[in-house]
Amino acid sequence: MSFLAKYIGQKVKRTEDPRLVQGIGHYVDDIELAGTLSVVILRSPYAHAKINSINVDAAKKAPGVVAVYTGKDIEGKVGLIPCAAAAPDMKKPDYPALALGKVAYVGQPVAAVVASDKYKARDAVDLIEVDYEPLEAVTDIEAAARPDSPVIHEELGTNVGWLYQAGSGDIDAAFAQADKVVSLKLVHQRLIPTAMEPRGVLAQYFPGEKQLNVWSSTQIPHLLRTTLAAMLGVPENRLRVIAPEVGGGFGSKLNVYAEEALLGWIAMQLGRPVKWIETRRENMMATIHGRGQTGTVEVAVKNDGTLLGLRYNVIYDLGAYLQLLTPAIPTLTGLMLSGCYKIPAIQLNCTQVYTNKMATDAYRGAGRPEATYLVERVMNRVADELGMDPVELRRKNFPKPEEFPFATAAGLVYDTGDYAKALNKALEIADYKKLRDEQAKARAEGRLVGVGVSTYVEICAVGPSVMLPSGGWDSATVRVEPSGKVTVLTGVSPHGQGEETAFAQIVGDMLGVDMNDVLVVHGDTDRVQYGIGTFGSRGLAIGGTAVAVATDKIVGKAKRLAAHMLQTDENSLTFENGKFVGAPDDKSMTIQEVAFHAYQAHNIPPDFEPGLVASYFFEPKNCTFPFGAHICVAEVDKETGEVKILRYVAVDDCGKQINPLLVAGQVHGGIAQGMAQALFEEAVYDENGQLLTGELMDYAFPKAHQLPRYELDHTETPTDVNPLGAKGVGEAGTIGSTPAVANAVIDALAPLGVKHVDLPLRPEKLWRLMNN
Amino acid sequence: MIPTNFDYFAPTTIEEALKLLDKHGDDCKVLSGGHSLIPVLKLRLAAPAVVVDIGRIKELRTIKVDGDTIRIGANTTHAEITSNADLKKHCPLLCETAAQIGDQQVRNRGTIGGSLTHADPAADWPAAILALDAEIVARSGKGERVIKASDFFVDVMTSAVEPNEIVTEIRVPKPAQPNAAVYLKVPQSASGFAIVGVAAQLKIANGKCEDVSIGVTGLAPKAFRAASVEAALRGKAIDDATVSAAAAKADAEAADAMEDIHASGDYRRHLARVYARRAVQAAAARA
Repeated sequence: MSFLAKYIGQKVKRTEDPRLVQGIGHYVDDIELAGTLSVVILRSPYAHAKINSINVDAAKKAPGVVAVYTGKDIEGKVGLIPCAAAAPDMKKPDYPALALGKVAYVGQPVAAVVASDKYKARDAVDLIEVDYEPLEAVTDIEAAARPDSPVIHEELGTNVGWLYQAGSGDIDAAFAQADKVVSLKLVHQRLIPTAMEPRGVLAQYFPGEKQLNVWSSTQIPHLLRTTLAAMLGVPENRLRVIAPEVGGGFGSKLNVYAEEALLGWIAMQLGRPVKWIETRRENMMATIHGRGQTGTVEVAVKNDGTLLGLRYNVIYDLGAYLQLLTPAIPTLTGLMLSGCYKIPAIQLNCTQVYTNKMATDAYRGAGRPEATYLVERVMNRVADELGMDPVELRRKNFPKPEEFPFATAAGLVYDTGDYAKALNKALEIADYKKLRDEQAKARAEGRLVGVGVSTYVEICAVGPSVMLPSGGWDSATVRVEPSGKVTVLTGVSPHGQGEETAFAQIVGDMLGVDMNDVLVVHGDTDRVQYGIGTFGSRGLAIGGTAVAVATDKIVGKAKRLAAHMLQTDENSLTFENGKFVGAPDDKSMTIQEVAFHAYQAHNIPPDFEPGLVASYFFEPKNCTFPFGAHICVAEVDKETGEVKILRYVAVDDCGKQINPLLVAGQVHGGIAQGMAQALFEEAVYDENGQLLTGELMDYAFPKAHQLPRYELDHTETPTDVNPLGAKGVGEAGTIGSTPAVANAVIDALAPLGVKHVDLPLRPEKLWRLMNN
Repeated sequence: MIPTNFDYFAPTTIEEALKLLDKHGDDCKVLSGGHSLIPVLKLRLAAPAVVVDIGRIKELRTIKVDGDTIRIGANTTHAEITSNADLKKHCPLLCETAAQIGDQQVRNRGTIGGSLTHADPAADWPAAILALDAEIVARSGKGERVIKASDFFVDVMTSAVEPNEIVTEIRVPKPAQPNAAVYLKVPQSASGFAIVGVAAQLKIANGKCEDVSIGVTGLAPKAFRAASVEAALRGKAIDDATVSAAAAKADAEAADAMEDIHASGDYRRHLARVYARRAVQAAAARA
């Protein structure tokens, strides 16, 4: 496989942006079909209640109302909301698309009203009378696990859904041999993904053709098609799922939701298109949340800083029901417990409990930020206890570049890495020695200035297929059309990542064509061959590899035809700048000319298949492991506890960069979300299970003016898992930044004897700490 | 997030708007920039039968310096106030306050009259309006009345404006020492509203505080003048000890402190004291 370097590696502006910034792209709500009815969902106001009865008579008679459905209407007709990640020994409640007999979280769908417009539907929702019998809510995850807790799902007999253990190595021996054991209890607070575009579904049914079309703001159109087909009893080849423009997901649209099945079913009942657009409040209470772990990490260490073992005992907040991947998230935490260090023995003990809250699931990083945060926090605690510089402790325990592929006791084999190189670069940019001198000076003046370092490794592009319930491969079809224009059909489903640009760069370089002649099509199951979707920083490393290999097949096939037409031997031809050259008499053919002849097929070799189309399904042999080092300098206002970020340096290594501008965009957004988790972002439920941060007035997701200027750089350590050498970068910023900021703020408070503070590091919390 | 039905009127004159208010009475809400009312409608916290949009009344969108008085039309947006050259010269406190409201989109739409009438206890304007000893002009079908800033804020989300009145103008006496002023706030991390905000306008001669007025928002159910701090500063030399001692009284007028998930009452009181000190020091440094 060979590349020009005209586009690859260049800072190419996103080709998606002109339509998006002009507001002329098409999201679900922009798609208008004649005769569409609106759906509004009645949701539970209680976190935990029995439903004694539901009276929809008045709602049905309200102006404009076409139909009202409750759980009883769809029972046995709309399949249960699926979880693809529940182990066979997991206790799992049924999760109907509309509540049946009880509700278990605020926001759970109870009834659906269909009306001529959304205002009439919304008015009619208020006319539905539900007789709820409130029950005690279970909100505290540690209390939920205790035997005396009220049980949410009586049929399970307990709130404990799953006990899970992972890791390897002799953990008891590690702790027996330790000079010191350092332990730290920490909370990974609940977060709400808050994609810019809330969810939305439009469904249309053609009874004659028996064809159901579903537009949904999803990250996984093909997986959604397969799942909806099963839930609705529609043959999969008569179900078309389209993910049009999708305004962000952060994992929250890597799921299958009640509304997607409901709308499909209602469209089939009524024979009219139906649309539901999630409001921001619904998005906050009834789209999956992230994080939600409370755990204790213990580390066994020698006096010289050598790590011997790490144990993490954690309770995980499932929420009330399982969504698509809910129980899998802490298993990813378990897989990343070695961080970027050599730790011979690792053990995860995970207790997963049900609570009366929205389900948790994959949110940017999905289990890995938890691992990095706890490892990087405890590394600082270990450094404190041993009187070592936190940088030295990290350096001492890194595997060396020549030790890769590096097998961890957590059960993974890291592909490639040079952790010291990234760290050294970050230290150099930050001028670490000088920072520490300045910190000493500031402390002498009574200022609270801290320096936080985090070194991280993460897991991207998960594969081989056995590692994911869906499979871990992805697909591409590349078509050079008769005119020479190139159409790429990708099985991944970008929703902000910029793969239309990145894939056009790859194909443009490989075929020697203008990248503007390359159209990248995605997100429509009737246009694109089956694929897995976009999540877990897999789009480029897996989807992009499929594109590259399919394009390589195109070049191979085109070369055969070119040789035939130029009456020369294939081996004498080379493909340069979009031209096959090296034929006698300096004759040559462009790829466009070859394409035309491939379709015209007037002059082809006897066994040559007409056309110029190639597909490839890429099965990765391993995951990729990007890494990096982040350094944060923070000052805490001694009087008020307010935190100011003075500097932020990030050196990330995502392997080969196809487009540094896209990489920077991902890193910027990632750091923003990771920093927000460290400083102010938190989903707060009260003891009755009411979501107190149910709107953007109270839920503190990051805004540009709250963030510092970033000093970004990178190292480039290609992976050998795919021919692009690309690892993935969608979540790196989020993973690296939370612990860097936490370490900086807690370091700032160290002179006051503070050893740890749970996130978010809000001013009042710090003020109280300083005054106690 | 889907409002109830309402009838919508968009008059172009004050007289026309006032007639609509008289006609529809309590069933009616006035829409200006929409940044307070529209969220309330979407959440169905209010369901008025009639909305009167005064956004097209051009005469309400002016900034004039009239002798010793600055007159700001109620429909003037925060963004317009931020960048107005006359205000920067004669009353920079207004510009500095406006610049700290919400974000750029909010400042482009939200209006000073709308914000004041809404009387959110954590809004930024009340602190500055109190510190500037401004007056708010309200008109009804019966005529005009002028309300002092200190009488304007009644309680949480309640101002002195009657349902049949429209705020038309904010009158600000030109400060003697325009630059000796500051607005400092601790923003709530989600909404950007003030957990506590302190506006200070000073007059200093020979290191002595000749006059001072301080408005505090965010702390109490309504914004207030920190009269105890002012009394402890007036006529005194502006030194650290005096300012610190005075600022320690910043919450004296707050019988009740607001409490929510973002900050406790104790913390708000503490912030008011710290920020009152910082505000006075910063304003004095600019004099």
